[in-house]
Amino acid sequence: MPTVRFTPNLKRFFPDLQTTEVEAKTIAQLVIQVNQRWDGLADYIVDEHGRLRKHVNIFIGEDQIHDEETLSDPLNQDSKVFIMQALSGG
Amino acid sequence: MRHHLLVGTRKGLVIYERDSNGWRVQSEHFAGIPVSYACEDTRNGTLWALLDHGHWGTKLHRSTDKGNTWEELPAPKYPEGATIPRSDDPATTTYLWYLMHGGVDEPNRLYLGTEPGGLFVSDDGGDTFVLNESLWLHESRDNWMGGGRDYAGTCSIVVDPRDSRHVTIGISVGGVYETRDGGETWGGRNKGLYADYMPNPYAEYGHDPHFMIAAPSNPDVLWQQNHCGVFRSVDSGANWENISEKMEASQEGHAYFGFPIAVDAHDENVAWIVPAISAEYRVPIDRALCVCRTDDGGKTWQDFREGLPQHNSYDIVFRHALDNQKDELAFGTTAGNLYVSGNRGEAWQSIDHNLAVVYSVRYAE
Repeated sequence: MPTVRFTPNLKRFFPDLQTTEVEAKTIAQLVIQVNQRWDGLADYIVDEHGRLRKHVNIFIGEDQIHDEETLSDPLNQDSKVFIMQALSGG
Repeated sequence: MRHHLLVGTRKGLVIYERDSNGWRVQSEHFAGIPVSYACEDTRNGTLWALLDHGHWGTKLHRSTDKGNTWEELPAPKYPEGATIPRSDDPATTTYLWYLMHGGVDEPNRLYLGTEPGGLFVSDDGGDTFVLNESLWLHESRDNWMGGGRDYAGTCSIVVDPRDSRHVTIGISVGGVYETRDGGETWGGRNKGLYADYMPNPYAEYGHDPHFMIAAPSNPDVLWQQNHCGVFRSVDSGANWENISEKMEASQEGHAYFGFPIAVDAHDENVAWIVPAISAEYRVPIDRALCVCRTDDGGKTWQDFREGLPQHNSYDIVFRHALDNQKDELAFGTTAGNLYVSGNRGEAWQSIDHNLAVVYSVRYAE
């Protein structure tokens, strides 16, 4: 099953957030799954149309996902997904 | 008299409390997170904070225990298929500008103004918000545009205390709109406004009310600090009069460009603004901070400077960062300074100097 790891910065808003296995074939499905476990988490990752937020990065392994509009990038059983905060701010 | 100040800054919400020694910081909330606006619902004492996470989107928080605890609520969402005016791009909530409660006869109603424009309405105390479609799809929406930010924002919401179904809003940039049927239909109310950035400065739409407010003592009297001057209406926005001290930026006088405006609770002819040089500069005139007050409905203006920096000041006051109650006023600046006055703006005292950029200042119980 794919695993997903989160930036520690999200623990401020979801204190019990932890690396977890998710039954999902795409990133979009993964976001839905983690939102079911941590209610409201999807709103932190995607906007109301399901698009990746501008300053959030998602990696599969070491590669950033390609489809930031519908998050259709496929996952396999060994995929390691990282949901990170872009290096922006001030 | 209210004894707290809610100060929304780029780095969090700071609540000040007044005791016998003056104002002091009571508590800090959402440290490090931009708080675009914070206010109290005067009907029930609920505190509201509108957050603008740089990374995680806009968030809406509510406190029913004076800020001891906060609850995050689902931020309003534009419905599927909603597109930004003059674009095929999907509309998403990119900024929470302003929150206003409904009338006392609608205890669960709240209004929320957002970027990219439009108005969200809640009838369950803020648990859920729904986009007002008739305004969002108004025939004039192609005249909405960004000003300072990428897209238009609904920054002013005025609910008539005599009739809760009568609501007037300001879209920056877009103009003033009024409904008398609780939001089912909206009409533009921009007659007399001036927009020097448009081919036709007196066009029906496309105006930029930075902030608009009604006189509590006579809700038919509306005031607005506009991008192109200060304007006043005595007929609920049907007609606006330019009451600026000057009619264009190059002329003498101070009351012209700025962002916030406050109106006296008991006298519909008294208002305050904090002026700046015109849009191209957005710095204090002569780098000296002053507050202008009119006591005669905008016929004349006075400058007040005592206690305010008169050299090397780059303090601008944003549209929601000036508030008043009785003879008191308070404002916060882009340079992180917080000032209060106890004598109708004639002399000022600094409460704090080193805050982050101040987005909003509001009195609370």
